[in-house]
Amino acid sequence: MTGTAELLFEGADWDFQKLQRIHDACGEIARSELGLDVYPNQIEVITAEQMLDAYSSVGMPLFYKHWSFGKHFAHHEAFYRKGLMGLAYEIVINSSPCISYLMEENTATMQALVIAHAAFGHNHFFKNNYLFKQWTDAEGILDYLDFAKSYVAQCEERHGRLAVEQTLDAAHALMSHGIDRYPGKKKLDLRAEEKRAGDRRQHEESAFNDLWRTVPTGPVKSAELLSTERRRKLLGMPDENLLYFLEKTAPRLQAWQRELLRIVRHIAQYFYPQTQTKVMNEGTATYVHYRIMTRLHEQGRISDGNFLEFLQSHTNVVFQPDFDDQRFSGFNPYALGFAMMQDIERIVTDPDDEDREWFPDIAGTGDAMAVLRDVWANYRDESFISQFLSPRLMRHLRMFHLHDDPAESAGIRVDAIHDERGYRRVRRELSRQYDVGFIDPNIEVVDVDLAGDRRLMLRHAVIKGAQLNETDARRVLQHLADLWSYDVSLVEVDATDTVLKEYVLHPRGLVAAA
Amino acid sequence: MHIIDRRLNPGSKSLENRQRFLRRAKALVQGAVKKSSQDRDIKEVLEGGEVSIPLDGMNEPRFRREGGTRDMVLPGNKKFIEGDILPRSGEGRGRASAPGEGDSEDAFRFVLSRDEFVDLFLDDLELPDLAKRKLAEAESEGLRRAGYATSGSPANISVSRTVRLALARRVALRRPRPETIAELEAELAECDDEERRSELLAEIEALQAKARRIPFIDPIDIRFRRFETTPKQVAQAVMFCLMDVSGSMSEHMKDLAKRFYMLLYVFLTRRYRHVEIVFIRHTDRAEEVDEDTFFHGPASGGTLVSSALEAMHEIVRSRFRPADWNIYAAQASDGDNATSDSDAVSRLLTEKILPVSQFFAYLEVGEAGGSTFDMSDSSLWTLYQRLRADGVPLSMRKVSDRSEIFPVFHDLFQRRRKQEKAAP
Repeated sequence: MTGTAELLFEGADWDFQKLQRIHDACGEIARSELGLDVYPNQIEVITAEQMLDAYSSVGMPLFYKHWSFGKHFAHHEAFYRKGLMGLAYEIVINSSPCISYLMEENTATMQALVIAHAAFGHNHFFKNNYLFKQWTDAEGILDYLDFAKSYVAQCEERHGRLAVEQTLDAAHALMSHGIDRYPGKKKLDLRAEEKRAGDRRQHEESAFNDLWRTVPTGPVKSAELLSTERRRKLLGMPDENLLYFLEKTAPRLQAWQRELLRIVRHIAQYFYPQTQTKVMNEGTATYVHYRIMTRLHEQGRISDGNFLEFLQSHTNVVFQPDFDDQRFSGFNPYALGFAMMQDIERIVTDPDDEDREWFPDIAGTGDAMAVLRDVWANYRDESFISQFLSPRLMRHLRMFHLHDDPAESAGIRVDAIHDERGYRRVRRELSRQYDVGFIDPNIEVVDVDLAGDRRLMLRHAVIKGAQLNETDARRVLQHLADLWSYDVSLVEVDATDTVLKEYVLHPRGLVAAA
Repeated sequence: MHIIDRRLNPGSKSLENRQRFLRRAKALVQGAVKKSSQDRDIKEVLEGGEVSIPLDGMNEPRFRREGGTRDMVLPGNKKFIEGDILPRSGEGRGRASAPGEGDSEDAFRFVLSRDEFVDLFLDDLELPDLAKRKLAEAESEGLRRAGYATSGSPANISVSRTVRLALARRVALRRPRPETIAELEAELAECDDEERRSELLAEIEALQAKARRIPFIDPIDIRFRRFETTPKQVAQAVMFCLMDVSGSMSEHMKDLAKRFYMLLYVFLTRRYRHVEIVFIRHTDRAEEVDEDTFFHGPASGGTLVSSALEAMHEIVRSRFRPADWNIYAAQASDGDNATSDSDAVSRLLTEKILPVSQFFAYLEVGEAGGSTFDMSDSSLWTLYQRLRADGVPLSMRKVSDRSEIFPVFHDLFQRRRKQEKAAP
């Protein structure tokens, strides 16, 4: 590092040369000092209005058309115009090249912060974290979205807007249950996916021969021949990926409807890692921007005044209100993530006895970046917290665990606090809060009544007595029934297999009519 | 690394999605628009603004879990130790539901632009006889002043412009002023010195010669007013609000009438560049008043509808030439009228008012709580009913509750096509 004292920028104004210089300076530090490994960057400057646009389509630069995005847009716009909501300084997309959107209103300092944060912090995380590697295809996502957009538009043209909208409505309702939670045989390749969809269509068209309809088939097998065992195996049950199950087996869906389900499913899958790594992702990015900005300041490339501006924004971002504070709304992923990253750095470089006892593997090994890079690559929120939340940090944030049992009339019990007896329990509970297994209701397809009325049977394994919200459950099941086009039932059972509640829904026959 | 400036890209990528959303939520948004417009004043109705709709039908349901035992880890412990029991305070800290999601009971708030608002407000409504008037428009050609020309008919000489140009020319060419010559002549009359006299004579001669050479008005000064023919647009409308303010009209009835006028006003401003409102209230005499007096001024007396119609006719004749103005009239009354007046009313309407009006709406207002079906046909109602048979642009409805106003208005102004279909 040459201690060049040349400022990257002065004052608040920026231009494209300055952005380039800032990016290069950040990249230099990111590579040589932090050892980050990033996708090539693409930085796009946008206006507030475009930011609102991006908000409403889950941050993606292009997306198929659907009314629900318009609804979100209307909502965000109302809040933004009234001043109830600020806009994010940046949006970053897990793609290669990694696209970061920068707001034009940002000052030069903010742009530097945002570049360090998104273009290096998030970017490194996207490229290296195992979940993203496993579940997303950064190379192909933009092309796939483009395909999805034009495919949906085509379907609207061919089959009518209403039919497409109904299918998408239904698919969106089931989106959170359209995810493969366990790695399959092969990696998702969205580009090939797009090609396959085209090939499939083409094949169907070229191989169409009306004669096949008239070819006599063998005698119908008796339904009893299909044992439960075999039937389950044939249909791949039990299956928790409801969208996948429908796509493959729903009896009366059109080919294009299956393709739509597939699109929604792929997009849900693409976002799956993001929900599981909020704390880590933001923690990483915040830690990286903090390191880079501090280093730039040390090198004399950011003036004291601008550095103070940075510190002010930074402290706002990592502010964690207490539980009894009006502003409290759960743990701030930036605050928790950043605090943990810093804590790990401290444990690695300057441990005390407690740390040596709790983290024998990393305490005092000296190379903080190596440890952090390993952490960023191989953990998700749940495992990260259960591994690396230190007693010192628990004390610092004064964490405690409440157990709220409605059956307990006396009140809510304080189950554990930040003391010797409570550390492990507090840590376990906190990590559970980030466990998707606990967050999403566990719903599976268990059987189909093939011999009878083709009823699709679902099962919700109730955890800790938390049942489904009835109105919403009915609505979702209605959508499900419409797609399945026969009755659908859902039972909620607790750990002892006692049925708590049963829903039965009949299809409205809307989709079938399409 | 690439830096791309996207700021110049077309914005409002979400416009299409937004429109889809509005289309889907149309019924709901329309309801909300109507509701929020009820609380506004006439002019404010056009302002657009925030509406809130129930999420019903617009929700995006997901499987959500609720209830059961909950465990949570929170920061900021100050005094709790393990085993403490905290009393529940009501619902406790209910987790704030995410905006736009949450329970289906939540209302969804968002902002409509002015145009969206008014469009929804007036959706399905069409001006009566708009088609007819459009045809008429194309035929009527008007003259419009278009500057000045150097040629034209003598009738069109613009004197002021001509004189001004002449003056400028005279000044520029230094035409001697008559006063100068008169001065010299006066001096000549008093002068005895021969030499001086001949000098003066010569000077006067020269000036007079010059004045003759430079005429007071030259043909090149003359300017004519120029006219152009233009297709004339009847882009203005006048709306007559006629109301019976005799003792039998209660505040409630006046309020109903006001709402109706309000809607009509909004409707007209949407279609015409310029809308005038004339308020005529009547008892047994009619007078033109301002809005405030119209709705709130005290009055009493008998009821003679013909007086109001007469007043309207007078005003139309003196101020609003039917060729230039689209004339709309809305009459509100409780239906009472002196029996002897019937003939006068029907004569005025059929002969004078209806032929020049685009539309004449009669709104019979009833007492609060009374069902419109219970209202027996009043004398005025029966009379109008009879007139209507001849296919004149006269619509009539009975209203007794605020909530009925909009549907009634809607009925009255429904797209013409439907009416025509329904008619035969």
